[in-house]
Amino acid sequence: MKRTMGRSVETELPQARYSYGGDEYVFVELAEAMSLKVNFRAMAITNRLREEGIPGVTDICPSNASYMIRIDPYELHPDDLISRLKAIDEEVGDVRGFELETRVVDVPVMMEDPWTHETLMRFRDRHQDPNATDLEYSARVNGFGSKEDFIEALLGSPWLVTMIGFVPGLPWCYQLVPPEEQIEVPKYVRPRTYTPERAFGFGGGFAVVYSVEGAGGYQLFGRSPLPVLDVTQRLKDFQESIVFPKPGDIWNYRRIDREEFDRLEAEVEEGTFEYKKKEFVFHPDRSLEDPHAYNEEILGVLYGN
Amino acid sequence: MGIRVRQPGLLTTVQDTGRFGEYAIGMPPSGAMDVFSYQVGNYLVGNEDGAAGLEMTYLGPELEFTEDAVIAITGAEMPPKINGEVAPAWEVIAVESGDVLSFDYLGSGARSYLAVAGGIDVPIFMHSRSTYTLIGLGGLEGRALQEADELEVGEGGDRSDRVGKAVDEDHVPAYSKETELRVIIGLASYRLTEESMEEFLSTTWTVTPDADRVGYRYKGGELKFVEREQPAGAGADPANVVDFGYPIGSIQVPGGVEPIVLMNDAVTGGGYATIGTVISADRDRLAQTKTNDKTRFRSVDLDEALKAREERRQQMVQIQQALS
Repeated sequence: MKRTMGRSVETELPQARYSYGGDEYVFVELAEAMSLKVNFRAMAITNRLREEGIPGVTDICPSNASYMIRIDPYELHPDDLISRLKAIDEEVGDVRGFELETRVVDVPVMMEDPWTHETLMRFRDRHQDPNATDLEYSARVNGFGSKEDFIEALLGSPWLVTMIGFVPGLPWCYQLVPPEEQIEVPKYVRPRTYTPERAFGFGGGFAVVYSVEGAGGYQLFGRSPLPVLDVTQRLKDFQESIVFPKPGDIWNYRRIDREEFDRLEAEVEEGTFEYKKKEFVFHPDRSLEDPHAYNEEILGVLYGN
Repeated sequence: MGIRVRQPGLLTTVQDTGRFGEYAIGMPPSGAMDVFSYQVGNYLVGNEDGAAGLEMTYLGPELEFTEDAVIAITGAEMPPKINGEVAPAWEVIAVESGDVLSFDYLGSGARSYLAVAGGIDVPIFMHSRSTYTLIGLGGLEGRALQEADELEVGEGGDRSDRVGKAVDEDHVPAYSKETELRVIIGLASYRLTEESMEEFLSTTWTVTPDADRVGYRYKGGELKFVEREQPAGAGADPANVVDFGYPIGSIQVPGGVEPIVLMNDAVTGGGYATIGTVISADRDRLAQTKTNDKTRFRSVDLDEALKAREERRQQMVQIQQALS
């Protein structure tokens, strides 16, 4: 079994690892390295499994480069599930021709907002570079000449929601750009004990919006005025689920100023806010072939140009 | 109305079997940590499977009944008292309106369970009454009980004929300060060096003060990860992986020190390498360990884990039949 993948572009499908998570889970690591392709595979396999409605499956949890299934082993023996999963994996193959019925969503963020700024300054002693902000540091380690160039790269292309978790509603987002353009930043040296809710953060290769206040180790870049979790289900977008993000969503983080931040926050407060979003059938093949051209099309669908 | 909280104890929450099927949105199952004790409590008072009870951690609450009730206390050795008089555990007892249930200091174990005929009636949230305090849902207002709270008890009908029924002594677990937990090695265990995996399985670990419904943290050794160039998306630390899902019972070792076993209110995923999973049959006993207790992990295969699961189920069936 190949041990290291490095950061090179994948040229072949890596060998998946099938493993028991105790007697109640099957855990499948499709690859050690993150890539859009591997996430598409995780989604294709778990979607297929969901459609099959196999008795004994209690949870289907797609993740970034892996997925996890919880089962009742009385109804479904883990080995029987693994056999089925291997067969589905073969059918799905390299996801050629796979279509994803999803939606494109506009997610406004205020970069360098006062709340995350106050937080990151408070935890400077836990950071790689106590003399820079998280954004300045991340721009530098990714080889950007300026903070603004870095922000442009971050907010210039849309993202795929590749996993929900850690805590309810927190989306992991991976940018729809070629591997050589992927931004990667270390997590804090020691995690913070506090992060404001709705903070826009980045760690490893993933952008997130913190759904609730709490501990965290991702670099802090900004804040969204909008919730991703609403336990009270007051807002229209939360009527069916307390959690807004869905795996496979395509999110476009859009930079906003303080004025728009305050206005949107007030709409949330009044209960009138609704996310701007459009139905979309996503073709991974096209994204892998020419991501930038496809992204233009995706944004055109969202913003109607 | 049914129960008035005079003192809440250290951490008393409403729990049932848990909120399953919501992992994909990042929702852990919650639910009773020691399923055996919780479930046997329901058998004693004649409740349906899944009726909600109270989970009482380390230091018990003081509860006043505002109507007659039929109850049972199971789990950790935390001797119950009715109006100051010692009452039996693992046995059905009758209380009258005005009676006060309190608990003596904790002996062995960590968590006791109160089952009430009819069940604790709080609103069902996403098909469960279990409390998940992190985001404040389920249970009573999504939080641990507080002084002056009032809990409703569900309609159970007259169960006074059950009073005096008790669990056979052979089935009452003894909780020791030294526990062996069976583990299926796997998940991202390839990240640990062979020597470190051996060390993990041969070390006697000590439960740290960081031991709660989210997870149990242990100290006692240091483990090393296989050197590699970190793969894309994983982050710089060798303990880091591309963020993935964490099973309940899974063991992770952030930074190579202090393994953590994730429990019912755990984070559902993250970027630390997991090395194995404590089997379901042994998580009841894990939930009865506490700070400074000793724990060893023993590697078993799936067959042994499934056999242990079946034995535990058989035992519960036997107990239920003996009590019906």
